[in-house]
Amino acid sequence: MAQLLDFSINVLQMGLIFAIMVLGVYITYRILDFPDLSVDGSFVTGAAVASVLLLNGVNPFVACVAAFVAGLGAGFITGFLHVKLGITNLLSGILVMIGLYSINLRIMGKSNLPLFSNETIFSLDVHPLVVIAAFALVSKLLLDFLLSTKLGFLIIGTGDNPDMITSLGIDTGKMKILALMLSNGLVALAGSIMAQYQRFADVGMGTGIVVMGLASIIFGETLFRRVSIMLPTTMALLGSILYRFSIGAALNLGLSPTDLKLVTCVIIVFALSAGNAHRFTGVKRLLKGGLANASIK
Amino acid sequence: MLQLSNLYKTFNKGTVNEINLYRGLSLNVNNGDFITIIGGNGAGKSTLLNLISGKIDPDEGAILLNDSDITHMPEFRKSKLMARVFQDPSKGTCPSMTILENMSLAYNKGKAYGLSMGANKKQVSLFQELLSQIGIGLEDKLHTKVSLLSGGQRQALSLIMSTMTSPELLLLDEHTAALDPKTSEIIINLTEKIVTEKKITTMMVTHNMHHAIRMGNRLLMMQRGRIVVDVHGPEKQDLTQAKLLAMFEKAGCEDAVSDRMLLD
Repeated sequence: MAQLLDFSINVLQMGLIFAIMVLGVYITYRILDFPDLSVDGSFVTGAAVASVLLLNGVNPFVACVAAFVAGLGAGFITGFLHVKLGITNLLSGILVMIGLYSINLRIMGKSNLPLFSNETIFSLDVHPLVVIAAFALVSKLLLDFLLSTKLGFLIIGTGDNPDMITSLGIDTGKMKILALMLSNGLVALAGSIMAQYQRFADVGMGTGIVVMGLASIIFGETLFRRVSIMLPTTMALLGSILYRFSIGAALNLGLSPTDLKLVTCVIIVFALSAGNAHRFTGVKRLLKGGLANASIK
Repeated sequence: MLQLSNLYKTFNKGTVNEINLYRGLSLNVNNGDFITIIGGNGAGKSTLLNLISGKIDPDEGAILLNDSDITHMPEFRKSKLMARVFQDPSKGTCPSMTILENMSLAYNKGKAYGLSMGANKKQVSLFQELLSQIGIGLEDKLHTKVSLLSGGQRQALSLIMSTMTSPELLLLDEHTAALDPKTSEIIINLTEKIVTEKKITTMMVTHNMHHAIRMGNRLLMMQRGRIVVDVHGPEKQDLTQAKLLAMFEKAGCEDAVSDRMLLD
């Protein structure tokens, strides 16, 4: 029983830390329709900036804000490459991701930075889950608020129909850069919390972040799509927790941690193709009524 | 009000497909003009609107709006000065947002888009009144997502939205071409009503000769990047299909035969 409780709390904590990252990925992937791979780099940037600041005795909450700002910078570069220099969205993200690898190493000075006895946001006299939940909820509510404002409408519209936003006299390029900054800022914030939670920053900790984010978004949407009053950000948040839960369950079933990335990819393939279920009618019939019924033409 | 002087535009420069569309095109649009523009495919009608709206840049020449040079102004800046409705009904609205949200966005055009609430609840009755004049029941669907509307409903909404802030110049690019005849008639009547009421200077490209003759105070016929017929004043008011066709033939339009077919 105690084991199950530990497992649940652990899943919730990890799920909510990553949920902040998922909100960021949601902005680019869903709202802007921009597959931004730079988050793999900015997640580490957030962790690196926060860790270095903590090692130098800076207040942990200030370190989190600094990580967020560093993420804004990373997002700005991705946006600048795409909007101002005309590089395709996918390549802009890849370039920033690769470039950040070197920058992250520069910030950290070495590839792994342990935080032994330094003060972190978890040094407060409350349960870590409370701290994490507060960060995740505040991020979500602020994002919800932003998306309901006039500025938020412009960001949504830029992904939806850029021609219409242009016709309002608005530079859609600026909106894209703004959304990318915000997205990478949230991802870097998640990275800084992760580093404090696991008490180290590692230059490789960002690998696959974007895929993890997508998996969580798709998870949430697939499960809660029919709940019409639920906000997409809530779906993303719950999706992140459920994704963590399934990963945790897979580990408990004896899978090696090194297999997790493959498991994630398989989950995404299934979730994405489930939306195209009509292609599998033959398979469905086969499952339902056996070979005689299948008659795949 | 709007002056196009000596515009040059070449597409696919330096290739075998090079097209010298405009070779010194000039046009003077007066304040309050409602110009209808007709012409065959490739005559340069839509390109003309694209040049004015900034979607494409002219190679040479100048575009003046109210005596200020807007020739190479970026598209989004020019958009502040004019409104445009496209042929494709999905281009004028945001599909994932509701009618209210779309109208709120459009209503705010020209003002700052800050951190105040996006959906403008105060203007709901104004929005409903504007929608009710179309007479297709959109006023009861304020909270419906635009992606669920038909092409005609979207086009009506686009037209209302683009003229809500009373632009100085309205560009209509075959905005009824993708609609069925009945809906097309509704949109045309709405266009006439709005343009007359608000006295917006308007340029309307159309394939429908009836509309071109019936509407506006000036008619342009374009062919291969040139304006070959320019009818205005009383002559435009008394214009009939027969007279227009005679003008085409006199202007030496090879497309006149196919244009005659358009009338049937």
